[in-house]
This record gives sequence, C-alpha cells and structure tokens, in this order.
Amino acid sequence: MKTIHIYTLVTAFLSITLGFSQQTPAPKQSKTIAITGATAHIGNGTVINNSIIIFENGKLINVADMANVKPNLQGMEVIDASGKHVYPGFIIPNSTLGLVEIDAVRATDDDAELGTWNPHIRSLIAYNAESKVVESMRPNGVLLAQITPRGGRISGTSSIVQLDAWNWEDAAVKNDDGIHMNWPSNFTRGRWWLGEDPAMKANKNYDTQVSEVEDWFKGTKAYMNGSKSPKHLPYEATKGVLDGTKTLYIHVDDEKGITDAVNFSKSHDIKSTVIVGGYEAHKVADLLKKNKIPVLLQRVHTRPSLADDDYDMPFKLAKLLTDKGVVVALEASGQMERMNSRNLPFYAGTTVAHGLTKEQALQLITQNPAKILGIDEHYGTLEVGKSATLFISEGDALDMRTNILTHAFIDGRLLSLETHQTELWKRYSKKLESND
Amino acid sequence: MNKIKFAIAMCFCSFALFAQDYFPKNDGVKTTNTNYQAFTNAKIHITPNQVVENGTLLIKDGKIIASGKQISIPKNTTVVDLKGKSIYPSFIDMYSTFGVKKPERKTGQGRSPQYEPTRSGYYWNDHVMPENKAIDKFEFDSKAAKELMQAGFGVVNTHIEDGIVRGSGTLVALNMSDGNEARILDPESAQYFSFSKSVTSRQSYPGSIMGSMALLRQMYYDADWYAKGNSKTRDLSLEALNKNKNLVQIFGAGSRLNAMRADKVGDLFGIQYVILGGGDEYERINEIKATNAAYIIPVNFQDAYDVENTYLSRSLSLSDMRAWSQEPTNPMVLDQNGVQFAFTTHDLKSPKSFLANVRKALEYGLSKEKALEALTVIPAKLLGKSSDIGTLQKGAYANFLIASGDIFDAKTTIYENWVQGHKTVLEDMNTKDIRGDYEFKLAGESYKMTLKGELSKLKSEITSEGKTRGSKITYDNDWINIAMTTKDSTEQEFIRLVANVSGQNLLNGKAVFPNGNEMTFYGTKIESSDASSEDKKDEDTKLKQATPITYPNVAYGFAEQPKAETLLFKNATVWTSEAEGVLENTDVLIKNGKIARIGKNLSDGSAKVIDATGKHLTAGVIDEHSHIAASSINEGGHNSSAEVTIEDVIDDEDIDIYRNLAGGVTSIQILHGSANPIGGRSAIIKLKWGEPAESMIYEDSPKFIKFALGENVKQSNWSSFERFPQTRMGVEQLYIDYFNRAKAYDELKKSGKPYRKDIEMDVIAEILNKERFISCHSYVQSEINMLMKVADQFDFNINTFTHILEGYKVADKMKEHGVGGSTFSDWWAYKYEVNDAIPYNAAIMHNAGVVVAINSDDGEMSRRLNQEAAKSVKYGGVSELDAWNFVTLNPAKLLHIDDRVGSLKVGKDADVVLWTDHPMSIYAKAEKTIIEGVTYFDLKRDEQLRAQIKQEKGELINQMLKAKNKGLKTQPIKKTEKDQMHCDYLDHAQH
Repeated sequence: MKTIHIYTLVTAFLSITLGFSQQTPAPKQSKTIAITGATAHIGNGTVINNSIIIFENGKLINVADMANVKPNLQGMEVIDASGKHVYPGFIIPNSTLGLVEIDAVRATDDDAELGTWNPHIRSLIAYNAESKVVESMRPNGVLLAQITPRGGRISGTSSIVQLDAWNWEDAAVKNDDGIHMNWPSNFTRGRWWLGEDPAMKANKNYDTQVSEVEDWFKGTKAYMNGSKSPKHLPYEATKGVLDGTKTLYIHVDDEKGITDAVNFSKSHDIKSTVIVGGYEAHKVADLLKKNKIPVLLQRVHTRPSLADDDYDMPFKLAKLLTDKGVVVALEASGQMERMNSRNLPFYAGTTVAHGLTKEQALQLITQNPAKILGIDEHYGTLEVGKSATLFISEGDALDMRTNILTHAFIDGRLLSLETHQTELWKRYSKKLESND
Repeated sequence: MNKIKFAIAMCFCSFALFAQDYFPKNDGVKTTNTNYQAFTNAKIHITPNQVVENGTLLIKDGKIIASGKQISIPKNTTVVDLKGKSIYPSFIDMYSTFGVKKPERKTGQGRSPQYEPTRSGYYWNDHVMPENKAIDKFEFDSKAAKELMQAGFGVVNTHIEDGIVRGSGTLVALNMSDGNEARILDPESAQYFSFSKSVTSRQSYPGSIMGSMALLRQMYYDADWYAKGNSKTRDLSLEALNKNKNLVQIFGAGSRLNAMRADKVGDLFGIQYVILGGGDEYERINEIKATNAAYIIPVNFQDAYDVENTYLSRSLSLSDMRAWSQEPTNPMVLDQNGVQFAFTTHDLKSPKSFLANVRKALEYGLSKEKALEALTVIPAKLLGKSSDIGTLQKGAYANFLIASGDIFDAKTTIYENWVQGHKTVLEDMNTKDIRGDYEFKLAGESYKMTLKGELSKLKSEITSEGKTRGSKITYDNDWINIAMTTKDSTEQEFIRLVANVSGQNLLNGKAVFPNGNEMTFYGTKIESSDASSEDKKDEDTKLKQATPITYPNVAYGFAEQPKAETLLFKNATVWTSEAEGVLENTDVLIKNGKIARIGKNLSDGSAKVIDATGKHLTAGVIDEHSHIAASSINEGGHNSSAEVTIEDVIDDEDIDIYRNLAGGVTSIQILHGSANPIGGRSAIIKLKWGEPAESMIYEDSPKFIKFALGENVKQSNWSSFERFPQTRMGVEQLYIDYFNRAKAYDELKKSGKPYRKDIEMDVIAEILNKERFISCHSYVQSEINMLMKVADQFDFNINTFTHILEGYKVADKMKEHGVGGSTFSDWWAYKYEVNDAIPYNAAIMHNAGVVVAINSDDGEMSRRLNQEAAKSVKYGGVSELDAWNFVTLNPAKLLHIDDRVGSLKVGKDADVVLWTDHPMSIYAKAEKTIIEGVTYFDLKRDEQLRAQIKQEKGELINQMLKAKNKGLKTQPIKKTEKDQMHCDYLDHAQH
C-alpha cells in the first residue's frame, strides 16, 4: 500500500513542477510492475474481477485471478487498483492524427497528396509525434493509431504508431501496413455552383472508374513480371497487396460498392482485404464473413446517412455486423476526426446501449482492430507475452463519467497523462482560486 | 397616378380598334370590315357554370357580340355550323415569361463577394427592380405562342422572371394576326416578386431567404417614407414601387413554405399577394388556407422514379416517392378547402404536357368545372380583367377554343384557337374522324387494320393471318395513302393503298401491288368488339388514390397528430433539477400539458399509468445553440443583419427534429450563423414534430439575437477581403458604431418626430433597451473581454457567450458582468482561435459561478447532449447534478424560459424524458420524449413507424414499376442528403 502512495505523489509532483513535461515521452520500463485488485478487461471478451497483472521489460508476464495465484511481489512496484478497471490500450484505425494540427490552418495540413494513384505516399514520415492533438488521446486511453493518408483513388500507405514518442521512427509499431483505396462511388453530386441540381445522382462513370481500378492492379502485375526498370514507384508500392505482405483497405459504404469491392479482391486473389466505412456492410454481412473480410466501421456518433434510416442506425451497425460473425473495429474519420478520436471509448460505449455487451464493445477498440491491423501478436489484449500497453481507469472506461485514468502504459512505459489542455486547466483553475 | 394609367390603357385600346384610322396607307385602298361571324349549334361554355347546348356565338371586331341560345344573327354574318362540337373560352396563364428573354447572368470578377450595389439613382439593393417593365423587353414569339395555343391558351400575363422585385408584367393576347397594338391588353398588368436574387448583379445581400424577407419589409417601409416626401435624394426604384402599388401583386414563391413566408411579409403591409405555389400545398393545406391568398398552381407532376435498380432506389426518400403519388391531388385538395387558384404552365418543360397534367388532376377528384375556372374566370378575376377575358360573355374578347367535345377528355381534339377574333387552325375540323378498326380483302387474303392516334398524325396497324405487316399512312383532305409490306418479309416490297373516305365507315379506292397490278380496295369499318372496353371505362372513371399524407409529410411523420395525455409515471428515479435533487421511487403526474404532481404513491383515475421502475425521468434536454430545423442559417451579405430572423425560416419537416427527440431534446434555440459581427434574431422552439413551424415557436418567446466574434466575422478562412471588419480591432468599432447609431435612432423615434423606420436599428435599440438578449459566438479571451466592455459602455449586459471556448481564462470577469457561458464539451483544434480550447472549460466557468450550458451547434451532437453533459464529470469533476443542469435548467435560464421548462417542478410545462438508464450514462436511451403532455417520441412507436415506412416504400416502388411497365415516362433516382448546418453554413441557391 505504501508504494502506491509514494508513487502517486511522485507523479503528481512531476506533473505540477515540470509544467511542460507532458510532451516528454516516458523512459523504458526499468522495474517490474504489478497491478493488483483491478477488474481486468482482457479485450477478448473475458473479464477477471479481482486480477493481478504483472509486466516486465514492457511485456506482460502474468495476468491472472488473484484468487488463483499467490505471486511474490517482492521487488516489484505494486499498484493497488482495487475497485478500478484495467484495459488494453485502445486502438484508433484509419486516423489522421499527427498529419493535421489545426484544420483551418493550411500550413498545418498534411493529410492528402495531389494525384489519384498514390500508393507510394507514406503517412509515417509526416506523423507529428509532438502534436498537441495526439497527446490529448492518452488521458482517455487511446494509445495506438493507424496513421492513414486521405484523398485520391489510392490515398497512400498507412503505418501503425504508438502515441507516446519522440519522433515518427520511435513511434512506429508497424511500418507500411497497407494501402488505402477509395472505392468509386455509386452516386455523384451536382455542382450547384455551375447551376446543377446539388442532389446526389447515380454516378454514370462508376463502371469506368471501377475498370480503372482493375487496370491499376493488372498494370502492377504486368510490371512485376517485367524487368522493373526503370522503377515505377506507385506499382512498387502496390506490390505488397498482391504478394500478401500488405493489407488492402477499401473505403466504401454502399451495399453495391462493398459487393463489387469484395468481388474485386477475390478476383485478384488479394490475401488481406479490409472494408473501411461500411455503412451498409450489414446488408452483405454473409458475403464478408464468407470471405473473412473484416470491417473498420464508420464513426458511431454520426447521423444516419439517409433521412428515412432508423435514427439509431449508426449506433447499432456494430451489433448487426457482430451478430453475423463479421470482425468489426471502430474508426472515427470525418469532420473533426482527430480531436474527436479521444471519444473512441464512448463510441464503443454507445454500441452497448444499442445491443452489444460491454466486453463485445470493448473488443471493437482493442482485440479486433489489433487483429485487423495485424498487430495482435503484441497488442490488443491483456495476455501473457504481449506488450504491456494498458491503462487503469477509476471506473468503466466506456462511460464518460468514469473514464478517468490514473495510469497508462505503452510497452510498460509509464506515460504522462498531462497535456496542453490539463496544463491550461490547472493554470487557470489556480488563477481563479487565488482571485478569491 | 391612376389617371395616367387609365390614359395609357385607353391609348392601347384605341390602337387595337382604330389603328387604320390615323395610320397612313400606302399599299392599297382603305377597307373596313363590318361583317359578323357566327358559330352555331355548338355546346358553348359561356362560363364554367353557364353551358348552352346548341348555342350560338356571335363575334365582330375581335369581341363577342352575343352568346347563348336565342341569338339573332344579322344579315352580314358568315356562319359556321359547329354541330356536335364545343366552344370554350380560351385559357389564361398569369405566371408566364412569354416573349421576355431571361436576363443573362453576371459573371467574372473573381470569387471575392461584392457588397456594394452597381446602380445609382435606384434602391440600394440591386435585386430590387420595381422599375423594370416586361413591356420594354417584350417581343412576340410566334413559336412559343403556337405551343401555348395548342395547349388551349389565348392570353398570358408575362413578366421578367429575375430579381426579388421584378417590376410590372404585361397582359398579352396570343394574337398571331395583328401586331402589339392589338395584342397588348394591359402593358402594366401586375407587379411581380420573388425571394430569388437577380442574376444580373453579384451584390451579396441578401444571401438567404430570411434576408430576402427582411429586404422586402425594409423596402416597403422605405417606400412609404419616400412617398411622404422625406427623402432628400431620388430613388427611381421606390418611385416605381409606389406607382405600381395598385397593380395586382404576384409573388413567385414556388413552394408552400415560401408561400407562407410571402404571405407573412404581405400581411405586415396589408398586401395580399397572389402567390405562385409549388404544387405541394396539400401537405399543409390548413396553413395555406389561412393565408387567404389566391394561388397560381403549377401542374408539373413528377414522373415515377426509375426504381428497377434496387441499390440505387434504396436512396430514394419516402417524401420524394410520396410526392410522385400525391402531387396530382393538390388541385383537388386546394379546391376542397376553398382555396382559390389558377393554373399555370410555369415549371413545365413544354406547354404540350399541360392539358394531360390537368386531366391527371381530374383523375384524382378535381371537378371539371373547377378546372375550367382555374383556367379562365379565376385568372381573369385575379388580374381584374373579368369583363375582358375568361368568359364568352358579351363584350369580352373573342378568345375561344373549338373542340370536338369535352376539353378534359383525352380523346378530344382542339380544332381551332381563336384570339381576338382571329382563327388559328390546330386541327382541320372538317377532317373526318376515320379512327377505328377496319376489314378488307385483297387477292383472297383477309386483313385487319386499326387507325389510331391524332388525326393529323394518324397511325396504322395492319395484320393478316395473325401477322403484323409494316405500314405507314398519310391522311389528308379525305384521302388516305398507305404503304404496307408484303407477306414475304425477306423482300423489301410494298403494297400501296389509296382510298377516298366516303362516309364515316367506308374506305374506297385501289391497291397497287409491287408488280404494278392494281385491284379494288374496299375497307369497311367494324364495331369494336372489345368486350373489356366497358370494364376499362369503369376503371378509368374510378378516382385514383394517392398514398396518404402524414405530419410532417416525410418518413416518421404522424398519420394523426398525437394529443396531450394525462400520464402518471410510477416509481421512477426523478431528476428534478431543483433543490430536491434526485428522488428515488417517485411518481410524477402530468396533466393538461403541465407537471401536476410529484410525490410518492400518486394516483389519478384519468391517467395512463407508465411503470417507470428502474428508469429515470428528467426534464427535457435544451440545446442553447442549434442549427437544425431551419431553411437558412446565415445572412452574411452585410456585416450586420439584425433585420433578419430565423423565425421566418423554420423548417418543420427536418428529420433532425425527430432524431433530436429520440435523444431526449425538447427545446432548442435556432441561432443565426456566425458570418457577421451582428447576426440575425433567433427562433426558440419546442420540437413539436408534426406541428407547423409557427406552432413550434415559444409563445411570447424571449427575444434573442446572435452576435459573433473572431475568425468567421473577419472572414479569415476564405477569400473575402472587401467587407469591414477584417480584424478584431475593427469588430469593436463596428459594434460601437452600430450601438451609437441605434441610440440616436431610438432617441429620435421616442421624440415623436418623423423618422425613417429601420428594422435593423429597431432591433439593435431593443438590445440597448434591455428587451433583447445577445448570444455571442466567441472564442478567445481578448474579444470576449472587449464585448463585455462595449456592453458596459452602453449600459446593458451580454446575456450569453456561446462556444466561449476561452471562457475559462476570463471566468471571473464573466461572473462579474453576469453573462452565462454555453460551450462545447470537448471540441477544439479545428481552427487557430480554438487552439487553447479545453474540455475543462465548463467546469472552470461553473466553479467561478458562471451559469454554464453545454450546447451542440451540430445536428449529430445535439441528439447526445446527455452524453456531452456527462463529459463535465470526467473533465473537471463537476457533480452529476450540476452536470445534468448544464443541458436542462441552465440553458433554460440562459434562454429566459426557466419559468416554463428546464426542471421537474409542479406547474412547469410537462416537457419530460423517460430514460432507460441513468440519463448521463453512455448506456441510456430515451424511451419517451414528451412535450406539454404530448408523446412526440416513443421507442415502441418508432419501431412501428419503421415497419410502416418499409411497407409504404415497397408499395410505392411497386406502383412505380407498374407505371414504367405501362410505358409512362420515368425520372432517374436522386439521393437527398441534407446539409449539415453549422455556424458557417450559407444557402446554396443564394451564393
């Protein structure tokens, strides 16, 4: 018990005295840490009510029910988390964190490159590890992200990072995990500024655009069979999708588009395909399940895309897909996506009000995204041998009122939970108090 | 002024009748025709109600001399026998652009908006052009005239269809024989208006419907002031407007919503517009009726959507599908509700489809008499020309149609269209009607032939031994010529038939074979033996039914508006938002729309009991900052737009109203956007889904106006460099300037001396007089501080800072000033000025004693404000009770409606929500949302509505597929996506 008090004091001291220290990434884990008494949400659907979690050199070495084990905690830093909850670090896929700092300031905007076929454009090198927006994720438990470029038909190549790093190299968890393609839309919008009806109409060029996608992949195959000289950077970047070393993320929402995209993937024998968005994926859930294609599901907190849709459609999509056996993770792209990414746990929470169990909902932001992004060997669940990327919350982390973190770790490193925002909070609270 | 008008009218009359008298004549001798023309034995529709069988119509000099049964025919009369035929007065279209070219769009000059007018000597707004005259631009268009005549029209009222005030229109007869001296029945017959800006000017103001409304109001005030001789300068626009005052005032509204808006503007000045409707009046017929306006109604009924592609058709909204089914009922509904209306060809691609569409309206129950009225006597009356046009009574122009029978029968042919006594032949009426089935024999083979279609474009179908032969027919002057393929279809050879029509039932002539041989050809008409034709007729005469409307007429609308109930919630966890806090196991009785009792073990015999065990009952959520349920949000055409009000543009069928209810929201303030430092006035409404817009607005609504600071008002984030202010420094001076001017204005007004009424100044003076409250969009501390100091200087308080993301930096100053803070829970980083926005803002302001609300500014977030309130528990440790007040009692206080709503207190409005769980739990859903005792949202009913929507869509899709299979035209699928409106939103159409 004593250890924990001292520990909290130290953290508190650090955060108050070194006001700017929140930007400083945590050092490597030096001492074995044991978290005792917490309700451990493993991330795979199971819960251990009175748990003990031990990690060393950044790896989990014991996750068990206190009732069943009597570990020797000698020499360890022990955190008594009785009454609290432990979760694996949440993962936000299809994110532009660190690529844009302030939406309206063009100079800070690095998320979309010029051009249509950009598989060679890599997000990782533009990822700003020191972004103030990135640091604001940690106090809510969002500790990992897939950094994804936007725009074009093929937007570029994503990478997966952890959110407490000195620089992008340091942040990288998985480099160049996949390329992202925006599937042609079945609808186009009239250009009102040219006097056209702004309503959405059937896209007459859909078939042409789909055949352009076909041509792109056929072109890559032909190129790979040739001399590859001179080097064709975009084809080179596409190659990984065809040889199975990269995932193809297809961003598409409508039923027909998803069906066409799945058939396209099958016809090119693409090993790893993921649907991103997937507003109507539940209508073709059987097809997706059969082809083992998971879905990174659009932001839960949105309005239904059609006026006549059920008011709770975006809230219950995860339930509809999960029930059909499709592997689902939550993404958050759209307006104000970066600052809102810290609400990821609450997106998951909302799916509980609309049908899922709490542990199923948790899987949507832990185990499932880890699997889909191909980092499940190390991340996504609290299982022995995996990275100690986890946090302790005062209460239920999927509920706004109780998502209050006391500790967070990435690879066993104890993170600062301070941010630009907590600093301002403390500074001005203090100012106003001293006014009294 | 009236004298002048009369004189002009007289002049034109003179031209028409006596042109020859004073025009030099160089091409022959002068002649005068004093003959009469008589049309006898016809069924004459003298008026829609006065029909004479075997009557006579006598005309001379382009006018009707007599019409009726016992007409004596002078000796110098040429007589046309119209036995079996009908005569109708020709139709009138009072909303036409005939012969007036649409002005060309002003282009170029980059993308930066233009704020100043381009004219001098006219009104300050380029879009106000009462001085325009259709007559100045009029050029008779023979081709268009012919098309209109084919559709039955004889007279149109044309105008320049451009701008908000469009000037005078001209009443024109479609006289193909004479010149304008005869055709122009009234050079200045009506004055036209609309809400749409002119294409000839890029002047930004007005940039919204509410701006157009405000502009019209101010213009009328200015015209009055000008008429009283108060202006030191000349304004040719106002002079023209005043001159046109006594004309018929026609408003091109084009939709039921805009019709209501036009009427509202007119009412203020005692002007009753004749309103061009949109064909959607049936959706809110009671409100339309209450306008007491006469309407001009288009009949551009939609084609069915092409719904074969199931993927695409999924995007069709129920309301778009219903429109196809319901629009043809519009004229019938208008008539049944006693709304006077005239028909127009407006919005039809071509007048060709006009009569067919009117017939469609008849199939849905409009009476023929009413249809004829809408085409003749009503437009004549509305134009004040009843004695000249629209009837076949003595003295009227000889404008009439000769038809083969009932004009509304699809089989009827209009033979001739007479305008001002001049004949235009559309179909030769002497042509015998040879349509029907025939038999003939040639070289031992039997043939069957059907002749059908219009007589002038006759079509033939010939079969022999059950096989169809290719054939082509021409019919002219009682002679037919047919070329028909031979039996052997591999050879391109033809048998030619030529025959004279002898009598009705006999074709008599010869056949010429490919080899040159000739044979006698004898075709005899056979009676149609189609037994089913009788049944078919029955089916045709049966009235068609449209799918029923709901309120509002979109998905999730109510077939019947739910009523207030007496409800007793038993055993709930009750969040009072009052000193009592949260009461466990407590009952709440709702009666007469109010909260009647709160306590334990309540009972009421008349109450419907709702078991609320394990559930939570709270006051309805209130959103201080919303932009849903509005047709426009910003009027950014000026740096101040205090003259506009959102109350003018409430959209009562926005589905986000329903979605907000599903999130427990009961009241919202729809704020003007942040396009300018002084924005427009707010609408504070209750989300009474199904009720018309006006009924949603709070009774004795507190008066609010939106102000805005920062990047948006200085136009930092887009290309606009012409509008003051461009810096925060300028914003302060703008306020001081406006407040100084309003103060001076108000002093003058109160002094009793004459003053120019200025709506904008009236509104700003209300602020100074503490009658109107400011809700100010604000971000950084410097400007927040500035506005409080400006207010201090003018001795009033800012009521609310909305957004107020740096409120935490000046919370002490806010507390001292007495201003509330209505903020986002956690938005930031979307622009430079929100870089220091923190989610602890609400907590800090609250701790400093500021009244804090959490708002949405967003149609999505607004339906989860309960969750947004919960974030204040996480960020800054606000107690749950206080956090809950952030979205209930506190916004009610900020909006000055806390005497009515915001908490559960006996006597307050019964605006309550039953939650499935703790209201701030992420796991909670609103189960029932009740406003004044009426359950507007109910989870169970929502499920029923979903099922009904699915079924109705299925039925409509089926009907559309049937229509397509019948060969009717279809239109491609569209997908209606509603714009997400935020502070920065500008109307599309108004750019």
